[in-house]
Parts: sequence; C-alpha cells; structure tokens
Amino acid sequence: MSALTRTTETFTTQDFSPRLSQRRRAGRIWAVVLQAATVVAMLALIALLVNIIDGAFGYAAVEYTVPPETLSSVPLEDLSQDQLITILREHLSTGLLRRYEAEKPLSERSAEDLYGLVVERVVAPKVVAQWSLLDSVFKREEVLRTAAEQYPDAELRMVSWLTTRFLTAPQSGDPMRAGVRTAILGSLWTVAIALLTAFPIGVGAAIYLEEYARDNAVNRVIQVNINNLAGVPSIIYGMLGLAVFVRMLGRFTSGVAFGLAEPSAANGRTILSAGLTLGLLVLPVIIINAQEAIRAVPGSLREASLGLGATRWQTVWHHVLPSALPGILTGTILAISRVMGETAPLVVIGASTFITVDPSGPFSQFTTLPIQIYQWTSRPQDVFRNLAAAASLVLLGMLLSLNAVAILLRNRYRGK
Amino acid sequence: MSEQLAPTDNPYAIEAVGLHVYYDQFLAVKDVNLRIRRHKITAIIGPSGCGKSTVLRSFNRMNELVPTARTEGQVFFNGVDIYQPAVDPVRVRQRIGMVFQKPNPFPKSIYENVAWGARINGFRGDMDALVYESLQQAALWEEVKDKLHQSGLSLSGGQQQRLCIARTIAVKPDIILMDEPASALDPIATLRIEQLMQDLSSAYTIIIVTHNMQQAARVSDYTAFFSLDEQDRAGVLIEYDETDRLFTRPQSKITDDYITGRFG
Amino acid sequence: MGAIKSWVSRARGIAVPTVMMNERRDSALHRRPRVRESLIEAFLLLCGVLSILTTLGIVYELGHESLRFFTSEQWEATNKELAADVDAATQTILVTNTGSELHPGDNLRVGSEELMVLTVVGDTVTVERGVQGTAPSAHVSGASLERSERVTLGEFLGTTEWNPQIGKFGIWALVNATLMTSLIALLVALPVGLAVAIYLSEYATPRARQVLKPVLEVLAGVPTVVYGYFALTLMTPLLRWIFGADTVKIYNTASAGLVIGILIIPLVSSMSEDALTAVPRSLREAAYALGATKLETAVKVVLPAALSGIAAAFILAASRAIGETMIVAIAAGAGAAFTFNPFEPAETMTGHIVRISGGDLSYDSMDYNSLFAIGLVLFLMTLGLNIISQRIVRRFREAYE
Repeated sequence: MSALTRTTETFTTQDFSPRLSQRRRAGRIWAVVLQAATVVAMLALIALLVNIIDGAFGYAAVEYTVPPETLSSVPLEDLSQDQLITILREHLSTGLLRRYEAEKPLSERSAEDLYGLVVERVVAPKVVAQWSLLDSVFKREEVLRTAAEQYPDAELRMVSWLTTRFLTAPQSGDPMRAGVRTAILGSLWTVAIALLTAFPIGVGAAIYLEEYARDNAVNRVIQVNINNLAGVPSIIYGMLGLAVFVRMLGRFTSGVAFGLAEPSAANGRTILSAGLTLGLLVLPVIIINAQEAIRAVPGSLREASLGLGATRWQTVWHHVLPSALPGILTGTILAISRVMGETAPLVVIGASTFITVDPSGPFSQFTTLPIQIYQWTSRPQDVFRNLAAAASLVLLGMLLSLNAVAILLRNRYRGK
Repeated sequence: MSEQLAPTDNPYAIEAVGLHVYYDQFLAVKDVNLRIRRHKITAIIGPSGCGKSTVLRSFNRMNELVPTARTEGQVFFNGVDIYQPAVDPVRVRQRIGMVFQKPNPFPKSIYENVAWGARINGFRGDMDALVYESLQQAALWEEVKDKLHQSGLSLSGGQQQRLCIARTIAVKPDIILMDEPASALDPIATLRIEQLMQDLSSAYTIIIVTHNMQQAARVSDYTAFFSLDEQDRAGVLIEYDETDRLFTRPQSKITDDYITGRFG
Repeated sequence: MGAIKSWVSRARGIAVPTVMMNERRDSALHRRPRVRESLIEAFLLLCGVLSILTTLGIVYELGHESLRFFTSEQWEATNKELAADVDAATQTILVTNTGSELHPGDNLRVGSEELMVLTVVGDTVTVERGVQGTAPSAHVSGASLERSERVTLGEFLGTTEWNPQIGKFGIWALVNATLMTSLIALLVALPVGLAVAIYLSEYATPRARQVLKPVLEVLAGVPTVVYGYFALTLMTPLLRWIFGADTVKIYNTASAGLVIGILIIPLVSSMSEDALTAVPRSLREAAYALGATKLETAVKVVLPAALSGIAAAFILAASRAIGETMIVAIAAGAGAAFTFNPFEPAETMTGHIVRISGGDLSYDSMDYNSLFAIGLVLFLMTLGLNIISQRIVRRFREAYE
C-alpha cells in the first residue's frame, strides 16, 4: 500500500503566495465593520432613550386666562382658605359655584383642594408651545426669542412633564393636568389577571410536557403547537380575544351574568377580557420558559426520589418544582414584562380611549399605560407627544424594575 | 519574514528553549528544552494532564486561541523564534500544520475540504492536481475519487481523519503536528494512519502526541517523555531520546516506571 | 406505601413461611389505582391541551368570520329596470340603459328571484334563471334590478384597492405595505444583526460580551409602542431632514420599516449568535491550523457551518416584522394605499386592523368581517414562516448534537 500512495511532490511551498498583509488588512477592515455594526445597535438604543427623555422635559410657553399675579401679591399656594374662596366667588359663574357647593361645600374643602380649583378654573394655564430638552438646552437663545416674539403674553418656563402629579392624576383632556394613574392601575389589573391565569396553566403544561408526556404523536403536536403559538403576532390574539371573550363570553366578562356589570362596560370590553387575552398571549412563553427551567433539574434528583418509592407527582411536587422554581419565576417575570408593554391586542379588544375613573374591579372599562402612550402619540397636538414621552419613561421604569427583580432572583439562585 | 522562515541546513525543525506555558496563573508546562529532528517522527508521551498537547500546540501558536494562555521562552522554527513580535501566527500555522484528536472535516465537500486551506493561502497552481496529489498522499484517493463532491462528513471516522491529513498536506507545511490522531479510531483505521505517518515522514517532520506507548514505539524515531513535576504539578520534560533507546534503556527512573506500566 | 413499609418490617422481624411471603408480596406490590395521581395527570394534560384549543380558537374564529366575509351578500341597486315583461321561462331579458353596467357573472335579483348574467349585448341580457335555489317567476316591466356585492376570493386576493366604503376589498394594498415595511426592516436588521452576532461570537472579549448582551436584551424588551413614538418623533424628522420634507411625508413606510429593523436586530443577533457558538470549536481550530486568519475562519468556515441556524433566525425575523403592529400603526399612516414609494403613507395589514378595530365597529358588518379575513392572511403568512424556521432549527440541532 505504501508503495502505491507515494507520489512525487509536484507542488511545494513556492506555489503559494499567501498575501498575508492583504488578508490581514481585510481582517482589520471587517473587524472594524463588525464592531461598527454593534456600535450602531447600541446607538439605536441610546437614541431611543435620549429621544424619550428629550420629549419628557423642556421649555413650555404657558398662557393664563387670569395671570396668578393679578389675583394676589403672594404666591397662590400660600393663600388661606378664605382668600381662595373669595377668589373663586369673584371669578366663577354662579352655576359653576353652585355645582361645586353641591359636591362639597367650599368652606369644608381643604386649602390644597381650593388651590387646585383656583388653578384649574380661574388661572387656567394653557400650553401654547413647547420645546424639547435638547432645544431648550442647546438653542436656549432661539427658544427665548421665538417665545417672546410669538407668544408675548405667555410665561416661558422649564417643565418636567414627568412629575409626581403626572403619576397620580387621572387622565384628562388638558395636558397640564393629565396623568397616568388610571393607565397604571389598568396595566396592573390586566397584568395581574394575565398572570393569575397563565402562570398555573403554563407551569402545569410545562410539567406535563417535561415529566409526564411520552414521545407520541399527541404530545409532539402539543409541543410544536406551543412553539408556533409563541410566534403568532400579538394582534391575532387580540382578534381571538375580541371574538371569544368580548363577543362570545361577553355576558361573563362584562359581569352581566353575575349581576356585577358596570353600566359603561356592559359590552364585555373589560379588564377581565383584556387580562384573559394577555394571559393567552403570554401562555406559550411561560410554558417554554418553565420547560427550560424544569429540564435544567438534574435527572439524578428524580431518580433518587423515585428510588425511594415516591410517586411521580410526589417527585415533581417535592423535588423537581422546588429546584426549578427560581428559574420558572425568572422566566415568568420576563414574560410578564413583555406583556406589560403589549398594545395592539388591547386596542383590538377595545381599550377605552378616555376614562378618568380608576378601575374598580375586573368588570371595569380599561386603559393601560401603552394604550395611553399610543393615544397621546397619535394626537395631532404636539403637546401630547410630551405626555407620551413622560408616560414612556414611566412604562420603561416599571419594566426595568421587573427585569431587575428577575435578575436579582437569577443571581440569588445562582449563588446557591 | 518569508525569507527568514525558508528552510535552512539546520538539522532541527523545531527547537524549544526554556518554554513555559501558563493558563492564567496556572503553570501548565515548565522549562521545556527540546530539539525536534527534521524529517523524523517524534512522539511525545506521558501520563494524562502532563501538558503533552500544550507543548504540541505551542509549536504552531495554537495555544493563543485560548484567551488565558500565555507562553514564555522561545520556539525556533528554521532558526526563527516564532514567538517574536514580528512573526505572524497565521503564517506559522501555514508552515506547521496540525491534525486533531477527533476528525474535524469542514461541513463542505471532500474536494472543498482539501482545496480550502490551499485557496485561502493563495495557491496558484492547478487545484485539481493539488487535491489529487494530497488525497493520494493521504492514501484516500482510491476510496473517494468517485464522490469528491459529497460532504466530508459522509466518510467513516478513519477516512475523515485521513481527509484531515490530506487537507493539512495540501498547504505544503514543513511540519505536521498530530494530537492523538488515532485515539478516536478503531484499530484498523489506526493502523492505516500509522502507515500513512511513516509514508509522510520522508517529506515532512511529524510530531505526534499519543497516550499509547505501543503506538509511539511502533511509529516514532524519537520519543519525548513528559511527566508532572512533583512540586508545582507542572508538566516537565523528563527524557528525550531515540525511541529504541528510550524504551529499552531509559535513563530516568520515572520513565522506566512509566513504560513498564508502574504508573500513568 | 404504608403497606410496603409494614411488610418490610414484618418480613425482617419474623421468619415468615415462604409461601405466605409470596402471597404477601403479590398483594403489596400489585398495581393499585391512584386516583389523586391520575387526576393530577389529567389536569396537567388539560393545561397542555389548552394550547391546542387556543390554536383551534384562532383558526376557527379567523376562518369562521372570514367565511362570513366572503359569503355575506349585500344587494345594491343597479338603477336598472326591466324594460319589458318577463315570463318564468325566457332566458333573454331587456333592461333600461340607466344606472351601472352589467357584466357576465353578475348575480342579479328581481323580486325574490335571482338570476346570473351570461352575456350582455347593449340592453339585451341573457341570464340563467332561478339561481341560488330561487324559483323562476314572471316579472313585470319596471321591476328594479339589484346586484349582489359579494366579495369574491379572487377580488380579495387579486386586486389592489382597499376601500371598504365603496366596497373595494383588494388586500394587496395592505399586503404591499406590509411587505414594504418588512423588507426595509430586514434590510436593516439582517446585516446589522448578523454582524453583531459574528462580532459577539468571534471577536468580542468576554467583558465586552458581558456589557453588550444585556444592552441588546434591553433593546429587545422596549415595548413596541415606544418604538412607534421613536419612529414618529425621531426617525421621520430625520428622514425628512435628509431627503427633504417635500419628498418624505409625515407618515411613511420607510420610517416605520427602519424602526422595525432596529426592533428586530436583537432577535436576529441572539439567534444567529446561538447558531454561531453551536459550531464546534474543532472546526475553528482546523481552519486556524491551516493558516486561516480570524476573518477567514469566521466568514468562510464558521458562518457557512451555522448557515441553516442563521437562515432560521432570518425567517423568524421576517415573521416578526410582518406581524409588528404598533410601529406601523403610529408611523406608517392611516388609509390603505397601493404604492411602492417608501416615503408615501400606506397602511399595513396590522395597522389597518388596529385602526379599524380601535374605532367604533359594529359586529357582523363587512368592515368587521374583513378584519378577520386580513387576520387570517396575516396568521397564515407568519405561521408558515415560523414553521419553516422551526424545521430548519431542528435539522440544524440534529447536525451538531
């Protein structure tokens, strides 16, 4: 054999021209290109954040129906109850006054309450123009000049659209008074319902698939189906929710069947419908995450338990689940933070465009933070964009804290 | 640089001088001084964990692919220290090829597996002829000549390993490093690889790491025995000699213990 | 359990005759029904089956409502009348030359009878009498003709004008916009995402990876509505500044597409990176040992070896881009338009669904049902892409495990 394989060498090192410097140069150039692409991705994130912050703060030109300095020589906040009542009586129509008196007599109202009324009804500030943060900082002169020329009556002031008042005030048509309290509560309600339904079912399905399911056609179909569901666009879930929870089961989701319906939400477009839709949406993600966590539990643990004569469920309940729980929880929190930002399915099943009353239960009408951002963004008036930016910051803050919890959980689990 | 790396009359293909290799703080190989003879087969043997592969990989700077690895000392290839800053490791590896423990053909056709290395290294001749010659030299031509365009992964383990050898010789290296090339193969495939090594030794310098003493005794002209240093658990060169002499009249007690099967 | 325990202790304690032991053993180890265990397993199975029900629900609802969309009949006046009396048998009728033209294939209604138009020559129309299960009967001159405005599948899938007000339901207006935004998105996300993946898996130091990967995760976790805001308030002004405010409309598919691209970069990069890191180290070593540079190793060995995994990532990214809703709803414009100009506004399938269902919508109207027909097309498109992607991934895994 060796005689056969020996052939004379036709080629030698001389037949190669490795052109190494050229190849090295190509390598360097592409390394830069690849790095640049990565930098571009990072820049996109930075641009996104800067853009939001840019919108959430900045100069605003505010006009007053009655300038506050004409009402009193001292700041309005420092006025006493009686002084404020005097101002109200001087400036409000008798009809309006009678309505407020009927709600709660003016003399029994607190100073803050009265101050609010004075600002809202008498001073009535109105934003006539606003500038982004970057413009306000870097083109300050220009902003000041434009404001002086075009809005001579307006007061120019630096505004943070994100304030504690913004967080605690309900929705309003007046940008100076609008807030996101109803939206935050709506988000919490819907996400809670989604979690309550999807978590037990999702973990149950994951246990079934990992611990019970034999490799047969039915179980393979279930698995493939779950993977496919995870890729269905969220808006399709919205349509499913509209058809099933709002229309078909409207009697139940509106509370009519239980005699609990709120008159404004009798059509089934309620927090419950929204929560259940989001639950369906997040279910496949929870299942897949939980499956991964359960799969990570070493098989020896199961063998040890089964070897002691435990049943399969005892093994799962006492050994597998406790070990997998941190992983399951981490995955669930991440899934939930995804759901908290969902907008499209909620628009489809009919989020309310304008509600100012806090949701009182699962049968209330709903709006959520992303819905609020969507509506403010699509308003033609620019000033609502600033509110959208502020609300985006709130939403991102909520998501980041959820993620932080997940990371903490993961690290703590790893430390063990 | 290419002039520097050109063959000389130096009888040694590789000379390691005071070679230390660290992984992070861990000293893996300590103070190796070794001269590998040109166009001979040199075997590196020793108990597992004594740094045989590390030494082999430091001969063509493959160790650098491990981010924590650090090399001290010198390795001369044709009289040039391959660790001096001006030397390009890519160039070194073209001239000092390597065959690995597990056959690792590219997921490409058999033809493309052989041609790939030559192509990236700027081969200017007739590629078909080069592929033919390389497969011939690797004693694989007869088996694959009708399926050159099938995937290299479709071959058996032994064939895959010979394909890897063909791929290595297609770039015309001076030295072929073999890291336990037959350990994943059955005895018949192993035998063919060993025959092939002897065929190739007339044209190439071959250094083989093996955990199999019989294999070392069968194929190699020289043998280097490595073992763990008692004090700092680093690999050290214990004895280096002609294979016949090392296996029959070892100078060191440790070598004697090892080759007679008393440890390792 | 308890029975086994007592058996063990007793068997150990006293010498039991062999026969008796065998009897005891048989009864103690005998399979007994465990009701609790079975119930739990049944419940868990139910949880799994719920996912099937979800899919069936989606398919049923979309299919069901789409079917109503294609079968619901609307009769519209043609403003034509019979110009002469017609008995129950005649195939040729004379009509007035007023109103809208008739075409072969039109479904007409006179009184309670339905007729199908076969040929039209001037005002003379040959018809098939008594179609759709109606009975032919005599009609007098002056009876008015109504035409069925049912949307056919051919019209739905074959025309490019979408305007429900005038009964135009050509889905290509919406599909075209979806394809435009998705294509633009992929043009951004595929090269950048792949480059990021190669950088992370082949070039980046562990420390750089530690920083970059969480950043990409954050990028992936930002709600799409925020991206929509980003598109409208930064990307669109940027495009208008670059290309001129006259060329670029305030709402346009380019801006939406670019931002969708940014949104799916993390998806492409993380899936591609998984594929790249799954390529065995030994292949990289083989390439280096042949004298390949890092770039040659990455691009000519690792990348081709990971190609199917990367292809799966690309396909999934396409599916995500097609299904993306809020960015297009905010930035791409309202109102369907069939245009290939990326700087013009156009409404995608998802954008249309959101806009129409966000308004006041009466159930069982053509508008409402048409949404489900769009939804069905969208569902089938994304499902098809997802299935292909999963197939590829599974095959890829088999190759390296």
